[in-house]
Amino acid sequence: MSVLVFAENWEGSFKKSTYEAVAYASSLAASVGGSATAVVIGNVGDINALGKYGATKALQFDGDANHQGVASILAQAAQATGAKYIVFNGTWKAKGAAPRLAVKLNASIASEVVELPSSTAPFVVKKKAFSGKAFAHVELSADVKIIVLSPNAYGVHENAVSIAVEKGNGSASDKDNSLQHVEFQKTAGKINLTEAELVVSAGRGMKDPSNWGMIEALAETLGAATACSKPVSDIGWRPHHEHVGQTGIAVAPNLYIAIGISGAIQHLAGISSSKKIVVINTDPEAPFFKAADYGIVGDALQVIPKLTEAIKKLKS
Amino acid sequence: MKILVCISSVPDTTTKITFAAGNTKFNTAGVQYVINPYDEFGLSRAMQLKETLGGTITTITIGRADTEPVIRKALAIGADDSVRVDADPTDSFQVASEIAAYAKDKAFDLIITGRESIDYNGGAVPGMVAELLGINSVSPCVKIDINGTEATMQTMIDGGKEVVKSALPVVAAAQKGMVEESELRIPNMRGIMAARTKPLTVIAGSASGNTSAKTFDLPAPKAACKMVSADNVEELVHLLHTEAKVI
Repeated sequence: MSVLVFAENWEGSFKKSTYEAVAYASSLAASVGGSATAVVIGNVGDINALGKYGATKALQFDGDANHQGVASILAQAAQATGAKYIVFNGTWKAKGAAPRLAVKLNASIASEVVELPSSTAPFVVKKKAFSGKAFAHVELSADVKIIVLSPNAYGVHENAVSIAVEKGNGSASDKDNSLQHVEFQKTAGKINLTEAELVVSAGRGMKDPSNWGMIEALAETLGAATACSKPVSDIGWRPHHEHVGQTGIAVAPNLYIAIGISGAIQHLAGISSSKKIVVINTDPEAPFFKAADYGIVGDALQVIPKLTEAIKKLKS
Repeated sequence: MKILVCISSVPDTTTKITFAAGNTKFNTAGVQYVINPYDEFGLSRAMQLKETLGGTITTITIGRADTEPVIRKALAIGADDSVRVDADPTDSFQVASEIAAYAKDKAFDLIITGRESIDYNGGAVPGMVAELLGINSVSPCVKIDINGTEATMQTMIDGGKEVVKSALPVVAAAQKGMVEESELRIPNMRGIMAARTKPLTVIAGSASGNTSAKTFDLPAPKAACKMVSADNVEELVHLLHTEAKVI
């Protein structure tokens, strides 16, 4: 039985989230007795790289597709292969495509999935609920099942197999393309927050937006993405896309450094999947310390430059 | 401009989540319900559009009578009328099916939902409604402007933003940016009084879903936080490197 996985690419390259989805699909295929077939849309230099994560086949479709086109192409691929399981990474495009595909295929869908199914008959997966405050174990009862992963939860696992690349037969429709692309506004050189392995996040304890230079410097030294708390994004010190928390972005890095953030329940919801948490705050009673692995009570403006220096020393 | 805003009644963002009945049900005891924060951004933008372009705002909620305070709040903010589909919301497909069935023959120009609800976080309703109606969807939508019969919208992509255009009708899934936090509408006394008499139509639900939440659990509790002196940041770096092995 074939498991399809959407192998998203960005201008011809795969990212970590693509490999994570392929690795999940190949493990899922092993547990339901089948193989993983990657669906690639557009031209990718190194499609064979997907074999390293367990895809035994890649179906390559020509052209470009928006999320609606992705849903159409995957529906055609699912019908051609008879796939009963379709796996998506947790990117914006995937999250846009998956629900439309679910309607096209009368499929059950679970998003924010964090683990392989705990049982395949009935089919039950664990997913995030209440914006990271809890988990739900959800049964998917339709014949076709769609899984959208929560980024960085399952992880990238290598499982090298030989991969056969074939041309796929299908394309996005004119209707899909009636949602017209106008332009991209890329955030230059920034590390993508949802996929980041290290995140440096700061809040009102920074006192003034002009103090963010030291946050950027720390992030750059670590190779980390920058993030912020809700109050700081609300008052315009930082852009909205950096707001981490219940109503912003959820992150799941290996290390989350929270600087001058008190740790409101809404913020903690967005970071609860972080593997290790460091909290730096002047207030020893800040609730964030209860959710932290390591803590420093101190003024961020004093501590951060020293921390950056210490990390530089470690790296040199 | 005829706008449909989909409103979900969810636990307030400060709610401490617990479960009852052997972890099979969300424990609603003492929980305050609010308009889903993403829907609130959408409703506030709908108000701005109505004020500049004219038209009406209808809201739709899938839920039992206990969701009516939240629906009345949406009316107090400025929606013209509301529909409640009387059913227990079980999953995205059921909710989307009810919304699409209602919207199908009503000629809405714009359907606004939240990017996701902050309780079950499926994030699937906007795409499903659009697919069921055969129209375009943009999720998340961080900006929307209407020019005649066309919408120009901004969405998030991994690594930035994308500007897209679509003919109306379209489904736009709101998040912060569609309006700023400071532009969120708060009901005033006149609005609250007016909301009492605005039409709230209840229709019977008939759709069913194809997923079900069987059990719930909470993240494992953290071990105690290891404190490091502010004068000894080298110690923290050492711990992160050798003990946590994250840098």
